[in-house]
Amino acid sequence: MATTTPTALGARKPLWTRLPIVSHYRMSAGLQRGMLVAGLVLSAVFLLTALLAPVLAPFGFSQLSDAQGNFPTQEPPGDKFLWGTTVSGFDVYSRTLWGAQTAVAVIVVAVVFSIFLGVILGLISGYIGGWLDRVLVVLADAIYAFPSLLLAIVMSIVISQGQSSLWGGIMAAAISITVVFIPQYFRVIRAETVRLKAEPFVESAKVVGASNVRIMAKHIFRNATRSLPLIFTLNASEALLTLAGLGFLGFGIEPTKAAEWGFDLNRALSDASSGIWWTGVFPGAAIVLTVLGLTLVGESMNDLADPRLRMRRKAKRRGGKATA
Amino acid sequence: MAIMTDLAEAESPQPTPVATATKAGGSFVRYLVTRFLLIFPTIFILVTLVFFLMRVTGDPITAALGGRLTPDQLAERIAAAGYDRPVLVQYFEYLGQVFTGNFGRTLTDNRAVTEVLATYGAATAELAFNSLVIALLIGIPFGLLSAKLRDRWPDAILRVFAILCYATPVFFAGLLLKLIFGVWLGWLPIAGRAGINAELALTSLEQPSGIFLLDALRSGNMAAASDVIQHAILPAVALGLLTAGVFLRLVRTNVIGTLGRDYVEAGRSRGVSEYRLLTKHAYRPALIPIITVMGLQIALLLGGAVLTETTFEWKGLGFMLAEYLTARDFVAVQGIVVLLAVIVAVTNFIVDIIAALIDPRVRF
Repeated sequence: MATTTPTALGARKPLWTRLPIVSHYRMSAGLQRGMLVAGLVLSAVFLLTALLAPVLAPFGFSQLSDAQGNFPTQEPPGDKFLWGTTVSGFDVYSRTLWGAQTAVAVIVVAVVFSIFLGVILGLISGYIGGWLDRVLVVLADAIYAFPSLLLAIVMSIVISQGQSSLWGGIMAAAISITVVFIPQYFRVIRAETVRLKAEPFVESAKVVGASNVRIMAKHIFRNATRSLPLIFTLNASEALLTLAGLGFLGFGIEPTKAAEWGFDLNRALSDASSGIWWTGVFPGAAIVLTVLGLTLVGESMNDLADPRLRMRRKAKRRGGKATA
Repeated sequence: MAIMTDLAEAESPQPTPVATATKAGGSFVRYLVTRFLLIFPTIFILVTLVFFLMRVTGDPITAALGGRLTPDQLAERIAAAGYDRPVLVQYFEYLGQVFTGNFGRTLTDNRAVTEVLATYGAATAELAFNSLVIALLIGIPFGLLSAKLRDRWPDAILRVFAILCYATPVFFAGLLLKLIFGVWLGWLPIAGRAGINAELALTSLEQPSGIFLLDALRSGNMAAASDVIQHAILPAVALGLLTAGVFLRLVRTNVIGTLGRDYVEAGRSRGVSEYRLLTKHAYRPALIPIITVMGLQIALLLGGAVLTETTFEWKGLGFMLAEYLTARDFVAVQGIVVLLAVIVAVTNFIVDIIAALIDPRVRF
């Protein structure tokens, strides 16, 4: 990725221009810049909502009554309940905001876990090679071919027998998603490791007497992980979709423990048949916008890293004034 | 996965220089056999994985009937079903059973799992086929358009549309479609595979194929056929849109690649029309990676089918899977999951063979 490529003659640009997103922004132009910015804005809104949910939400995610008595059920959007209430009396607006928090927690835990495990396995498998490598590759390919949602369902049965508490549920969802993602990181890192293993600098490190662990941790790891920010963004959106899918099938987090968009959509399904739209549309839109934002950022970063896909700024018209 | 596969397969497959022109015929047979044999380790790994994962949690009987029976009754049932034996013994017995096509009996409604698979498999196949048709109908023309108008505003709109397709969970798309076309406009039915009368007529046929549209056409029942089609539209669109986005992007990327090739320029200089250049010269070679990814999409499609079927009460394997999951009937769940895994493995095999038939370079 361009971020780690030193500029010509070793004269490095200031640090802040080399940070991943900033450098991408500076590289972009026209439509591509628009997509990147739109994605960044949506992602920022998502993160801020998650962070500020306790401040922004008028009610708790499992709150059913306040000083004026019990909340009405299936109340259309109005003054007190901005986006209406659900069949059990939850405030849709509050639950949608709180849902962002759950989503962030699951995404972060899932992606960090799978990067950690996937990278370690990929490094070891690629560097050591032999039968271990072959076994791991076949395993990873088999898991990769498996419908990811089914795998996540099986994993969540294993971990929590379905329903569970807030952190239990977040961990269960995150680990289920992790298992789905490990093969992806594994493949990317392994391929890079196999390539780098043959590079002269690895050989010279061996000659100097560096241990295998040191070579893996220092020389190969640093070089093999350049594409990770990209995979991170793309997987974040997939993690969210898997979480919502699990929640929709009833394998998420109990509604009294945390707000989860997929679960809310499941409950909204029967409302839709009777024309009650507000219970489903808002959490659903939250999923769509969040995934859209994350994907736009990931896509733009991917396109910008590849010079063939990068759009160039239109050359400034030179000489226009001279002739005029 | 949609995005990842799209990135990974964006380029045409790398030519492998092994197959030479003289040995082309022999190497294809060898490829076919090797590729066929590769199915078995994949299926074996998946069966093993699912079996042990499901057993880690304990025996299926406690999971399904735990609250309803006394501990003594439970122990009796567990012993009768053989779940008190060592896991490895059970594993080899299960492998043997699966090999002979016996997936056991469901715990909640005591049916043979194979019977469940046969009854509901057709519905899932119908849904998957319908949505694949929708996906191709949307993905290919719009992908071509997007490639032709690269970096102009229609391209931008189509690309955002493609990302939106991916970003919208099928069950949310389904919910919106139900709301708009089913409830507000009242144009289409919102649940099930057919109305009561049509369903009765179709299931009472002799030797039904289970694919309602085929059955209706075969028996000449046009009223039922139109009813079936009406019921099929919304689920097919909901699931089809998910894959349509992937196809659109794929066609776009690949056609942009082939549009820049020399032979397209040569065609243009000979006066071939732009339309023909796009739909014939640039499109044909771009098809190979599309077919490969289509195979990978089957996994996504089946995962999506579980959600779509639940959304539309479409009584297929996915709907039953969700039902059995809720009932904690893990024997049934295991059977359905294994079958879906087998379908994915076999589809990938077929897709690889088709790709090899089209493009000799991928044979090895």
